[in-house]
Amino acid sequence: MKAPAFDFTQAQSVPDAVALLADTARFTKPLAGGQSLGPMLNLRVAFPEHLIGVRQIEALRHAFIDPANGELVLGAAVRHAQIEDGLIPDVTRGLLAHVAANIAYRAVRNRGTVGGSLAHADPAADWVNTMPLLGARIVVAGPDGEREIDARTFMTGPFTTALDEPELLVAVRVPALSDAARWAYVKFCRKPGEFAEAVGGVLIDRPRAVGRLLIGATDGAPVVLEAPTELLAASSTDSQVAEHWTDDRLRAAINAAGIGHDPYVAQLHLTMARRAIVAALA
Amino acid sequence: MTTIRLTVNGQPIEAEVQPRTHLADFLREQQLLTGTNLGCEHGICGACTLEIDGAPARSCITYAIDCEGASIRTIEGFDGDAPMAALRAAFSTEHALQCGYCTPGMLVTARDIVTRLPGAPEARIRKELSGNLCRCTGYAGIVRAIRAVMAQSGTPSGPGLASVRPVAPTAP
Repeated sequence: MKAPAFDFTQAQSVPDAVALLADTARFTKPLAGGQSLGPMLNLRVAFPEHLIGVRQIEALRHAFIDPANGELVLGAAVRHAQIEDGLIPDVTRGLLAHVAANIAYRAVRNRGTVGGSLAHADPAADWVNTMPLLGARIVVAGPDGEREIDARTFMTGPFTTALDEPELLVAVRVPALSDAARWAYVKFCRKPGEFAEAVGGVLIDRPRAVGRLLIGATDGAPVVLEAPTELLAASSTDSQVAEHWTDDRLRAAINAAGIGHDPYVAQLHLTMARRAIVAALA
Repeated sequence: MTTIRLTVNGQPIEAEVQPRTHLADFLREQQLLTGTNLGCEHGICGACTLEIDGAPARSCITYAIDCEGASIRTIEGFDGDAPMAALRAAFSTEHALQCGYCTPGMLVTARDIVTRLPGAPEARIRKELSGNLCRCTGYAGIVRAIRAVMAQSGTPSGPGLASVRPVAPTAP
């Protein structure tokens, strides 16, 4: 299986890439680590006519803490293995590194990028599920400058995002968790490294008024449930937040996501959500 | 055709490539380095694993044109490399190969495991190997070979699989 013919241009900067992506005469797409697009090309699922190399753009390769608000600014071309190895500042009490370490295989993590995975938007991939759980924001650059998209609304369907053409995903802004934050991220895979059949995630960070549950690897965008504000008050407990997510509420969310018709699929998602709740409180 | 400059097994190379040519085809058909084997050609089986800038990567889903300036090391490029020499011997001793098709990729991954994760327990070794498929050995000999090399280098592998209990997903 060989890729179909395409042209390739290495972009030198973000404005350069955006200008190249603005070419509407040809089907033009950015290429970052290629760990999703490469298989799509070789399997002849995707037929872009012109690929813009963005992996080497210096501005996309940084990760740093924004001194203004303590957020982690994660460049789109940061690779999963760099996060796994703790080479970026950690504002998530280890959540990003935990997720990164379980993406596919090391050879894939050495090349695959955060931005590429998000823009590809496979529902079963990890960053499209993790970033909404963290309440992160996706930074995209277009001809008129940058804008930010809430990660919870970034994905609009399977392999579909809120990116407009010719926008380029340039960074992810991850808010810093408080020292009291508790999290869990679990996924069901029949084989290590394969795409998840179901993902469950929990983030309870009451000092920041966050109580969030994730049902991921759906047929489209992940489901994010926010706990009621009154449960996040200083007088409540993490367990009270967790108890809000009853099986009835979880099943309703699974049904609303359109994956409740298959009892096996629904049960997998319910089980992953339940395991995430238990793990977060452990 | 586009001209690329890169280093392959220590040799600087300048070559003409088509954008659609993946790195493995470039190495096998233009550089005649046929030690890199192609299995699935969509990033699943691990047979084509080699080193790009010192880290294992899939050469079937990496395009040669995107390797400008990169340093590539194929299975032919490990002469004089001590971890690889030890792994070759151990693969032979432990019957870690039969048909040999997965072996170049398996050795590159095994070298990454013994150098990056010295002393890793068997469960971790098996997890790290999960991206390289072998249809002959059942992996038992491969795992033994990796554990043997870890033991030789003074970083004995941790407990065997039987003594490793499942661990709940970690959370702070």
